[in-house]
Amino acid sequence: MIAVEELSLCIGSFALERVSLSVPVGKYGVLMGKTGCGKTTLLESIAGLKRIQNGQIVLGDRTVTHLRPAERGIGYVPQDGALFSTMTVREHLTFAMVIRKNGQQAISRRIEKVAELLSIGDLLERKPFGLSGGERQRVAFGRALSFEPAVLLMDEPLSALDDETRNQMYDLIRRVRTQTVVTALHVTHNRQEAAELGDVIFQMEDGTVKEIDE
Amino acid sequence: MTEAVSSDEQSAPLSPIPPDVGVHHVGSDAPFYIGMVVLGGTYVLLLIAMLAADLFYTSPDHVLAALAKPAIQYSLKLSLISCSLTALLSLWVAVPIGYLLARHRFWGRDLVDAILDIPIVLPPLVVGLSLLILFQFWPFQLAADWIVYQIPAVILAQFMVACAFAVRTMRVTFDQIDPRCEQVALTLGCTRAQAFAMVVLPEAKRGIITAATLAWARSLGEFGPLLIFAGATRMKTEVLSTTVFLELSVGDLEAAVAVSILMVAAAITVLVIARVWGSRDLTL
Repeated sequence: MIAVEELSLCIGSFALERVSLSVPVGKYGVLMGKTGCGKTTLLESIAGLKRIQNGQIVLGDRTVTHLRPAERGIGYVPQDGALFSTMTVREHLTFAMVIRKNGQQAISRRIEKVAELLSIGDLLERKPFGLSGGERQRVAFGRALSFEPAVLLMDEPLSALDDETRNQMYDLIRRVRTQTVVTALHVTHNRQEAAELGDVIFQMEDGTVKEIDE
Repeated sequence: MTEAVSSDEQSAPLSPIPPDVGVHHVGSDAPFYIGMVVLGGTYVLLLIAMLAADLFYTSPDHVLAALAKPAIQYSLKLSLISCSLTALLSLWVAVPIGYLLARHRFWGRDLVDAILDIPIVLPPLVVGLSLLILFQFWPFQLAADWIVYQIPAVILAQFMVACAFAVRTMRVTFDQIDPRCEQVALTLGCTRAQAFAMVVLPEAKRGIITAATLAWARSLGEFGPLLIFAGATRMKTEVLSTTVFLELSVGDLEAAVAVSILMVAAAITVLVIARVWGSRDLTL
């Protein structure tokens, strides 16, 4: 589960005041709000990439507020994917497991599973250069899911895609959800994405977050 | 339609609208381009003329004769070794500094940035003189005997200037690398060091090659600081740039030009390396 309690942070002239939200275990949360209202900053704080002044962040059964990003067990898909331009797709998928010093066999098995789940099996030896938008997003997802994190954070992962590719991604995300138990928080400003994917929907406005019923 | 028109306008027949009315006339672009080409072209032609003059003044025999002299062979060897060492040292320093400046906003960052540009704007002679003065103070004084006017002085003098160029290049390189990639690496389980080594450095490879070749070329051309801090002692601290000076001072113009041609050849080789393997938009 993802739980943010009374989170406050201040970066320059931008501030979030006592923000709270909670996504139950295994559910898909969607955070909506206007561009520039702080959705990305909130996501980055949950991931541990931005320091907070006050509040608590709980992921699963652990309070991670003071842990470094590497220790939080989060799969993070930033805006535009941020793929590693010098690595092949295979190296993207093995990266997290190599860092954790997993065994060669475990890594191979996991790559096969992830590649099949996301239909990127035939892209494994390619580098990010030349991949289409949809392919890049799938590689970014694969990288984030490669080490089986309990929590998945996504920052507008579908905004750069055309309608047809986006619809394919909805199916992909649903497929991923049936095969892995992961609690997700998906940031978007697109109502259709929220309607298609969200179990719980939040609206961010004026530095606060409210859960809304659809 | 007829009701809206007044009686005056109704009497005169409507003349056809001339084709030019309402069209905005723009002057020719030719003078602009001609001006740019003349200004830029003059400089390029001067450069080519300079190099051609050197080439025509000397001959392969002169160059070989110069290369046969033991002093010049020593100078060539020392140049190659010292420039390579300087390039490596410069990278060693420039990569961390460039990374810190690009990634972290710390108090005094702009000041540090400005200080790092000083060796670029300062007259090279001043750099050499300042080094000489520095080694009169403690604790540098303790090492003065084996550095000042000795071979290490050559490397130190070259390094002080070449490193500034390397730092600038690395700063721009790291500025251009998306910090999000490192952030993703952190969430995937990396420490900062791992993220730097596994994600950032490979992305910075082209910039690093450019920084190294720039530092190498810069140290080859360094003269002023070397003269003052390392001296120009034959068979000891003489490098190619000081060889040109020494040959000129004994009146051997042919040898001076021959050695200059060697340096031009080295410079061109380095430029080619930078363009082929380095980053196109970083070559200063």
